[in-house]
Amino acid sequence: MNRAQLLACPECDLLQHDVPSPRPCKALCARCGAVLYQRGDGGLERTLALTVTALVLLALANAFPILTLELQGERTTATLGGAAAELWSQDMPLVALLVLFMALVMPLAELAALAYLLVPLRNGIRSPGFAEVFRLVQFASRWGAVEVFVLGALVSLVKLGHLADVEPGVALASYGALMLVMASIEASFDPRELWARLTPA
Amino acid sequence: MSAAAELGVLACGMCGLLSRAPAAPAAACPRCRARLAFRRPQSIAHGWAYLIAAMALYVPANTLPIMYTSSLFGSSGDTIMSGVLFLWDSGDWSLALVVFVASIVVPLAKMIALAALLASVQLGWRSRRAERARLYRLIESIGRWSMLDIFVVALLVALVQLTALAAVRAGPAAPAFGAVVVLTMAAAQSFDPRLIWDRERPRA
Repeated sequence: MNRAQLLACPECDLLQHDVPSPRPCKALCARCGAVLYQRGDGGLERTLALTVTALVLLALANAFPILTLELQGERTTATLGGAAAELWSQDMPLVALLVLFMALVMPLAELAALAYLLVPLRNGIRSPGFAEVFRLVQFASRWGAVEVFVLGALVSLVKLGHLADVEPGVALASYGALMLVMASIEASFDPRELWARLTPA
Repeated sequence: MSAAAELGVLACGMCGLLSRAPAAPAAACPRCRARLAFRRPQSIAHGWAYLIAAMALYVPANTLPIMYTSSLFGSSGDTIMSGVLFLWDSGDWSLALVVFVASIVVPLAKMIALAALLASVQLGWRSRRAERARLYRLIESIGRWSMLDIFVVALLVALVQLTALAAVRAGPAAPAFGAVVVLTMAAAQSFDPRLIWDRERPRA
C-alpha cells in the first residue's frame, strides 16, 4: 500500500487517491464533499507568522477593557477575566469557567501549542511531546469560540447602549482582529505538511 | 474505491495517517498516538446520552431567567426570549434576529438534526446520504454560536456591577444554557458521520 498516495475521508471513510497540487488548493472528498485537506500560500512559515500575530492580539485583548460603561459619572470596565471573576463571585463557577475556556484558554492553548510545534520545526527539531501537543491543537481548535465572543461583545454594546454610555475598548478591536487572524490560521495550516517535515523524505 | 474500514485500514481521526488494522484491539496511531478505531466507539449510545441530557436542560435554559436586572425601581428577570424581545422593541431588529437565531433556533435545530441523524443511522437508512453528510457538517460548524447569550450575560454582569443605579446578576438559566451548548457540541463530536455511509453494521 502506497500510503502517500492514499487518503481516507475523515467523514465518510472513502479511500481515494491524492493528486498533489503545487498551488494553494482545497481537496474535497469525491463522495461526501468533506474537506480532506486545505493547502494555503506560504505553508507552515505563514502559519507561524499568523500564530505569533494572534498571540500578541490575544495578550492585548486581555490586558485592556473590552467595554467601558459610564453611568452618572461612574466608570466601570469589563475585561474577560473580570467577567469570569464576577460570575464566579455570583456562585456561577461553571459558567465562569466555560466563558474563560471558550474565549481565552482554548484559543491560547491552540496558539501556544502551534508555536511550540512550529518554532523548533524551522530548524528541523521535533519538540518533545510532539504528538500530544499536536492533538491538543486539534482539540483546542474545536472548542475555541473567539468569533462568537466578538459578536457577544457587540450585542452587549448595543444592549447597554440604550441605558448608558458604553464605549468599545482596545480589547474589542484586538478580539476582532484576532478573529480574522485565527480564521487565516485555519485556512493556512495544513497538518499534513507538519508531519511531512518530520518524516525524512 | 471503497471505505478504508472495509479493507481493514484504519484512518487516524487526529492526523489522518492510514494504518493496517493491528492485532490488539486498543491500538494507537503510530504517528500521533491518538486512539485508533474503525468507527468512534459507542458513537450512537454516547450521542443519544449527550443529546437527551441537552434536551432536558433546554427547558430550564429557556424558561428560567438568564439574568436579573435590579435598579432603584425594583428587580426583574430576563429569559433568553424576553432579551430578544427587548432588542426587538428597542428597534434593533437585526440584532434581535441574530440573538434569536443563535440562542433559540440553532440549539433547537441542532438537537432535532442530531436526533434525526442518530435515528437514521440506527435504523440503517440508505437514502439521502449526501444530504445527511451535509447536515452533519452544518451542525458541527454552527454549534459554538449558541454560546452567544452566555458571553453577553458575562459581559453585562461585569459591566453593571453594583453601581448606584443598577446591578446585573446571572440567573439560573445561564448554567443550564451553557450545559446545553457543551452537551450538543459533545453529541456532535461523538457522532461518527462515517456511519451514514457504512454498508454493513459498524464494527466498533
